[in-house]
Amino acid sequence: MAALLLAHAVLGTAVLASGGRLGRRALLVGGLAPLATLVWVAARLPGVLDGEVVDESFSWVPDLGLVVDLRLDGFAALMTVLVAGIGVLVFAYGLSYFRTAEEGLGRLVGLLTLFAGSMLALVWADNLLVLYTAWELTSITSYFLIGNTYVEGRARAAALQALLITSFGALAMLGGFVLLGQQAGTFELSALLADPPRGHLVDAALVLVLLGACTKSAQYPFHSWLPGAMVAPTPVSAYLHSATMVKAGVYLVARFTPAFVDVGFWRPAVVTVGLLTMVAGGLRALRQTDLKLLLAYSTVSQLGFMFVMFGMGTDDAVVAGCALVLAHAVFKASLFMDVGIVDHQLGTREISLLPRLRPEWRPFLVVMAVGAAAMAGIPFTLGFVAKEEDFAALADLSPFGGAAVVALVVAGSMLTFAYSARLVWGLTGLPHRHGADEVDPGRQPRGSFLGPPALLAGLLVLFGVVPWLLDGFLTTAAEALDATVHAVHLAVWHGFDNAFWLSVATYAGGVLLFLLRRPVARLLAVGRHLPSGAGGYLAALRALLAVSDRVTGVVQSGSLPVYAGVILLTAVGLPALALLADGVTVDLPAVVGDRAEVVIAAVLLGSAIGASAVRRRFAAAILLGSVGYGMAALFVLRDAPDLALTQAAIETLSLVLFVLVLRRLPDRFERASGALGRGLRVAISACVGLVVFVLALVAAGERLTPPVSDEMVAMAYPEGHGRNVVNVILVDFRGFDTLGEITVLAAAAIGAVALARAGRRPGEPAHDPIDEAPERATASTAALRSDTEGSR
Amino acid sequence: MRRVFGLDIAVSLLFYAVIVGSVYLLFAGHNQPGGGFVGGLVAGGAVALRYVAGGIDEVRRISPVKPWTILGTGVLIAAGVAAVPMLFGDPVLDNAYVELDLPVLGEVAVASGTLFDIGVYLVVVGVLLMIVEAFGERFQPVDEDSEVGP
Repeated sequence: MAALLLAHAVLGTAVLASGGRLGRRALLVGGLAPLATLVWVAARLPGVLDGEVVDESFSWVPDLGLVVDLRLDGFAALMTVLVAGIGVLVFAYGLSYFRTAEEGLGRLVGLLTLFAGSMLALVWADNLLVLYTAWELTSITSYFLIGNTYVEGRARAAALQALLITSFGALAMLGGFVLLGQQAGTFELSALLADPPRGHLVDAALVLVLLGACTKSAQYPFHSWLPGAMVAPTPVSAYLHSATMVKAGVYLVARFTPAFVDVGFWRPAVVTVGLLTMVAGGLRALRQTDLKLLLAYSTVSQLGFMFVMFGMGTDDAVVAGCALVLAHAVFKASLFMDVGIVDHQLGTREISLLPRLRPEWRPFLVVMAVGAAAMAGIPFTLGFVAKEEDFAALADLSPFGGAAVVALVVAGSMLTFAYSARLVWGLTGLPHRHGADEVDPGRQPRGSFLGPPALLAGLLVLFGVVPWLLDGFLTTAAEALDATVHAVHLAVWHGFDNAFWLSVATYAGGVLLFLLRRPVARLLAVGRHLPSGAGGYLAALRALLAVSDRVTGVVQSGSLPVYAGVILLTAVGLPALALLADGVTVDLPAVVGDRAEVVIAAVLLGSAIGASAVRRRFAAAILLGSVGYGMAALFVLRDAPDLALTQAAIETLSLVLFVLVLRRLPDRFERASGALGRGLRVAISACVGLVVFVLALVAAGERLTPPVSDEMVAMAYPEGHGRNVVNVILVDFRGFDTLGEITVLAAAAIGAVALARAGRRPGEPAHDPIDEAPERATASTAALRSDTEGSR
Repeated sequence: MRRVFGLDIAVSLLFYAVIVGSVYLLFAGHNQPGGGFVGGLVAGGAVALRYVAGGIDEVRRISPVKPWTILGTGVLIAAGVAAVPMLFGDPVLDNAYVELDLPVLGEVAVASGTLFDIGVYLVVVGVLLMIVEAFGERFQPVDEDSEVGP
């Protein structure tokens, strides 16, 4: 399994790195990874159907106890088949969709491969932290995929929205995972679910996890990113936003429900959110005129449906949920590909702009109609089988809310039927009864283009007619979630039971909604004035920006004296408090060690006082330098040649640098601040001086353990092979610190150059040191000059 | 452009002397006062001399590569020395050394710490060159009217 993940990573990165060089062949290379996965899972399937579990485990960060546990059980196998199978078809479909090798195709395909790998890691992960990592990887790769056409502001905004919303939820989820792991004492998912912890902290953790699941699976009110993500190329949408990424939240809920369904709020919360999403998404879908957006909202609605089924958590509902996941992935991927074909061939997805399709399009229409029929739940499609299972599970046993849940699910299904009908009606061009433009001939999709969706449609029909082929597969999947479920027996005809009558009601309602589409549309238009998820997102974003503006305004006043004052007061305030709390006893040391020190001290004090009193900047800089040289002299007297040397070199360079900078500043200090400001500055300075003085004395007298320097002196030669202890400390004993310091130094230098450049006025090209071709720069300046002079 | 002839000569003589001194400090540092940091600062002083004599153009003439290349090389060397022991399963920055018996200098211990110090030296020199690059001006005859300022 790890090898397959690695294959995705390597192939994805290779394609990514190749740029556009591979052209459309990139799709063939990238597609190898999901193809290999599909073959692998097919080989493993017989074993998995017998209840076998494939396990792999690697040590990741042993010191932190991080282990990469991978696990393929029945449910993971179901997800793997979907991720890899639809992945292969999407890559094949892409071969036709990207007819011309457009720029950035390598990037797109590479990212798609990486995404497929992340998604596989997500469903295989048997460790909460690995799952979280994979979860974030899907968010990041999908961010780039949605923003594929990054020159468009719309695409960038949509990508950012998806990233912000899903990673907001993911961070909450991480918090939940950590709490859960702490409470359970293990981060291993299967162990945790087998023996779920309980308690208030676990409740909080579950709320957080649920938040993550809801954002990822586009549940209300976090759904707005999914329709926005439709700016991505259709193969991406078909993969990410129907079959894989948005299923991640559903996957998590499906995994967690059997273990936590008896935690009081879990079932009501999940089912309520799901119902709201299902109905609201359905209403939205019915209003759309853009076919892809219609599918996007229908996905939102169907995801809500899945939340309802898995949230119920009864045995039948789990089985039905698995069937729904399978059916939805297949028909939604097929439908997305269909809409992509229309968009690609005709250049529009707007119902009102689509022309009536010519007879050559008949194969396409059949494929599309099968997909829509499966979505609507019409007999002899997989969609019908799944929906019957769902209805049966809900009607026979409704432990929460009873009739209300059934009624809302049926209402949602009516909407599904209605928008499926609308999709077919819109695609066939029937809205134009009079003199619509015909499609110009030769634009009907080629066989290879139609192949992938046609294959999916074929599967929909196959499993719709002989659904018992899936019995074993779905049973293992459901058993992996909840060991108590009974064997599944899918059938086309169940007799005149509750599910049948609910289906009849759905069809009747759906047909009615479609026939009354004009009055319904007028009613739905009201929805435009209701607060929408996108509006909420924007408002939240704006509020966040406003708050951060305000905070920045307060915290970053831009005044150097204020910054310095705050820093200094903090630096001396805390130690001063500690000193006062402990009670200070200062032992004054012998004041004079060497006569020369008196002279040096006098120079130091005089220079320091002078530096703070003079009004010319340059004089102040020189006086400061003299303080530094005085310090160097003191070091010499105290037998610290290394320090003295460094101090002297630093002072020399500082002076030079001061000169460089001072030329850009006014000659004299401004004395604009009033008496109060000046008093405050003097007071702060005095405080700093006093506290540092006392602190130095106290610290020197408070030694509790023998100084570490003795040991360093002793170890310098045997360990560091150097006789200069200071240097051995710098490069060996404390070498890691030095490494950090020089890195900071490097970063600061880069920042300084950038700042200096930013402050430079344009029109000073001569100062630009990067210009590699000065002749050209001079020539262009000359040309510019002659231009301006000529125009004069 | 007016340059002071005597200053030019003095600077070009001094410059190399100071650079040699800084390199001495760098290598002597392991056993005597000195080290990469001080060495780098002293080399920076030499750069400052050149700047005083000829402005930024004179400083640019010192090195065939850009300041940031020197800076990056230094960080790379230091990080490399820090990371290499990890390849052999030793802790980061574990010190290795070779004792050489050179013809003139006699027995010399070359420690990986010295290599690390070379990285530090290059970083310090790179930083100083970059600061001059950032804030230095071209050499111009002093002309009070053209001074920057509002």
